[in-house]
Amino acid sequence: MFRAAVIGTSYGGLDALKAIIPHLSKDFPLAVFVVLHIGDNKNDSFIRYLKKQSKVKIKEAEEKEEIKPGTVYFAPPNYHMLIENDSTIALSADPKIHHSRPSIDVLFESAAWHFKNQLVGILLTGLNKDGAHGIKEIQKYAGITIVEDPETATATIMPASAIEIMKPDYILPLDQISKKIIELSELY
Amino acid sequence: MNPNLLENLENIDIEIPLFLEAIFQKYGYDFRDYSTAHIKRRLMHRMAIGRFETISQMQDKILRDKSFFISLLEDLSINVTEMFRDPEFYSSFREHVVPNLRTYPFIKIWHAGCATGEEVYSLAILLKEENLLDRCQIYATDFNRRVLDIAKLGIYPTQDLGKFSRNYLEAGGKGKLSDYYTLKYGSLKLDQSLSKKVVFADHNLVTDNVFAEVNLILCRNVLIYFNKDLQNKVIDLFYKSLSSSGFLCLGTKESLRFTQLESNFANIDSSQKIYKKRIN
Repeated sequence: MFRAAVIGTSYGGLDALKAIIPHLSKDFPLAVFVVLHIGDNKNDSFIRYLKKQSKVKIKEAEEKEEIKPGTVYFAPPNYHMLIENDSTIALSADPKIHHSRPSIDVLFESAAWHFKNQLVGILLTGLNKDGAHGIKEIQKYAGITIVEDPETATATIMPASAIEIMKPDYILPLDQISKKIIELSELY
Repeated sequence: MNPNLLENLENIDIEIPLFLEAIFQKYGYDFRDYSTAHIKRRLMHRMAIGRFETISQMQDKILRDKSFFISLLEDLSINVTEMFRDPEFYSSFREHVVPNLRTYPFIKIWHAGCATGEEVYSLAILLKEENLLDRCQIYATDFNRRVLDIAKLGIYPTQDLGKFSRNYLEAGGKGKLSDYYTLKYGSLKLDQSLSKKVVFADHNLVTDNVFAEVNLILCRNVLIYFNKDLQNKVIDLFYKSLSSSGFLCLGTKESLRFTQLESNFANIDSSQKIYKKRIN
């Protein structure tokens, strides 16, 4: 049974997330963590927009917040998001990784160590290599990995860099990813 | 999954507290109440770089090799900073804190966890523009002596100058950032007059005590690295160090919510995390 999903994306990520998050139901059984590269911009208005379109609970992650299922946590701009041993969220102002803070690698790695085989990792469209190492780490600890098909991704570098260094369990076009996540979340 | 991998991961959770205990016993630096996620990330990376098989192997090395400890100390200290980081904080500070500070004949300020000092100079610039700097005494502290040495020099690489200048303007700067530095040999050197009222000193929030009574404490993006117990302990230290009606400024994602002393502070700006000590 899966406990959590992590999603990483950068360029093209707004549209990619719009194609996934609104499909999750109100009682979606997993906690979902999202890193969206957004530079120095705020993501309040995007979160507000997504909330309107979605049934699942969506919020910006807070420091030491207790992790709850059925909730989508966005990393705040300019902070890395990590998972603590006691199932709370940690934020950090550490140096950027792949020019990115929040970094997908940081989230994926700490989620892999904490949730192990109860984790689904999803890497979407993006213009840099952040996330490739992280999704490999998720696979190393027996989590399920989904990478957006570079053929259909708005920006191919991010998914392609992952596929270069690991063999994802699923390589899917964007419109099939939410279906796969929901299918996995229903497995017991 | 490879069962050895899983066992390794379980062992790491046993080994990390032992490792931190060893550092404390041997060198007196106390990371035992830091947030585990941060420590784990840094130790896992150091382990990979140093090609150690386990944290226990690394513990053996740390007990016997001081230079290895020094490099690990760098991993564990938090040195990320920039001039006028979070510009909105500085504009809120001008609006909410500065008018109060004007009423004091003499202002003592503690900048705790100042790292390489960019934010100390930012504060000094702001106070100078508000004609308050001459009345101030700023104590800027960190436990890492290497970063304090950089802070004292006030010389920084120019690569982030564009960002610094943008931040300065967004923070409500009244002139140009270039009024406060000179460029030399590809570096920027901040005006000496800014540090005239600053004392840079070695102080460890975890193991050291109150060292001065102050009117204002800034400690931004340090508490996020601590666990709840240590956060409570440090906030207590701040409470004791603040004079009556003194101000406490935390990082944008830090807060006094759910801490033991929450009710002893009033919210001045809840989004920029500016608090004021209540009069008992």
